[in-house]
Amino acid sequence: MTTFIDYTLNGISNGAIYAAVALALVLIWRATRIVNFAQGAMLMITTYIALAVTNKTGSYVLGFIVALASGLILGALVERLVMRRVEDGPPLNAVIVALGLYTLFVAVAGMIWSDTPRPYPNAFSILGYKVGGTRLLFAPDDLFIVVVVILIAAALAALFRYTSLGLQMRAAAFKPEVARLLGVRVGRMFTYGWALAAMVGAIAGVLVAPSVFVAPNNFDPILITGFVAAVLGGLDSPPGAVIGALIVGLITSYVSGYEGSALEPLAAFVVLMLVLMVKPTGLFSATKERRV
Amino acid sequence: MLEVEALHTRYGPVHALDGVSLKVEAGHVTAVLGANGAGKTTLLRTISGLVRPTEGRVLLHGKDITRTPIVEIVRSGCAHVPEGRGVITELTVEENLRLGGLHRGKEASPPSEIYELFPQLVERRTQPASRLSGGERQMLSIGRALIARPRVLLLDEPSLGLAPLLVAQLMACIRGLADNLGLAVLLVEQNARSALSVANRGVVLNLGKVVADRSPEELQSDEQLRHAYLGF
Repeated sequence: MTTFIDYTLNGISNGAIYAAVALALVLIWRATRIVNFAQGAMLMITTYIALAVTNKTGSYVLGFIVALASGLILGALVERLVMRRVEDGPPLNAVIVALGLYTLFVAVAGMIWSDTPRPYPNAFSILGYKVGGTRLLFAPDDLFIVVVVILIAAALAALFRYTSLGLQMRAAAFKPEVARLLGVRVGRMFTYGWALAAMVGAIAGVLVAPSVFVAPNNFDPILITGFVAAVLGGLDSPPGAVIGALIVGLITSYVSGYEGSALEPLAAFVVLMLVLMVKPTGLFSATKERRV
Repeated sequence: MLEVEALHTRYGPVHALDGVSLKVEAGHVTAVLGANGAGKTTLLRTISGLVRPTEGRVLLHGKDITRTPIVEIVRSGCAHVPEGRGVITELTVEENLRLGGLHRGKEASPPSEIYELFPQLVERRTQPASRLSGGERQMLSIGRALIARPRVLLLDEPSLGLAPLLVAQLMACIRGLADNLGLAVLLVEQNARSALSVANRGVVLNLGKVVADRSPEELQSDEQLRHAYLGF
């Protein structure tokens, strides 16, 4: 029983990280209908920058803030300088350009920081909480991860729901031409969408870095799992992404706990295949509108 | 108020507007009529800046807006209600309305004024616009344009898909906007008879050219023109 609780708690804290990655993908998909395959490399870059700041200053918090800021800037730059040119073209162009960016970022990171994995400090202790004499597989650091991701999700929900900026971003994403006719600066909304997404991705990078170590290719697996979570949630819906990520986190945690960690990536792919075969629109995609 | 001078718009080899000129004054409704493909929608899209003309000028309050960014055109008081599904179905009714007024900030009408004009929308306020009927969607699109207190209103086929009774109500409402608010209305319609019943002027387009620009009475009494272009 305790192992089951352990795997469940572990699944929740992993799921929280997948949720951040999935949210980053969903935000961009919603804003510009592009699946950002460069997201993993972007959050790798921002995590390197955060690590440099943390090592220099000894402050975890400062590194975290720098990760957020560099995410915002990197996302905006990528949209303005690169993706803007392919947004109107065939979807495949954007995918290829995103893959190209991924390769570019990984190569540049290797040149600057080398391929040697570097440790990233934890925010809090990784010694599990003690309940009735046994230590759980859930530590203060895991709690920190879960809380941070809940806060991001809540902040995003509030932004989209209650602010005029959020309303304009949604309008630009759903019907760009209509939004333009209502005075919305649609191009600017796309830039904000990318900046926001890259910032959320940067948070995922910092949260997962202690367990994967920082190296140019070490963030690829969480991007894949995050992508599975986003697809499971319908790719269009932020709450769907969070719930999808929790489901994927729990499944992979149970599989790796009971059957061995080698099967963990396989489990994610099985989930992806099942979703694509059974319900390709995902569990939470918006209902199709009624045509009148 | 709104003046269009010798406007030419091309989509690749297609010459969609071939030297169109017209004028709409404050408090007047000008109906633009003609068959499918006559260039009616292109005319509105060119005025509001969604497509750019190859030649000619668009003047709003006497100011040349031919190369002005869309956002600036909207902000200077020209509202374009696009054809069909211009309502953003993923947003609620109230969100659609608020969105229309955002660029005017405090100068926008409060939503309550729009609800007064279209009482059917009140009870649907918090529902997603996807639940609205065709007529309600049309009201929402127009209300969303009006909330920004525009001076010029471009309407693209507002009667499309509406029951005859609703069409009559809608046309009366459009007339009221011109009379009571002093709006200059450019009304694109396939439903020529209804449009002419409220218009001060009728412009007939065919293959991108103006074939007639006359008063509604003159258009209606010209049997040849009516049969050839207006379908009644």
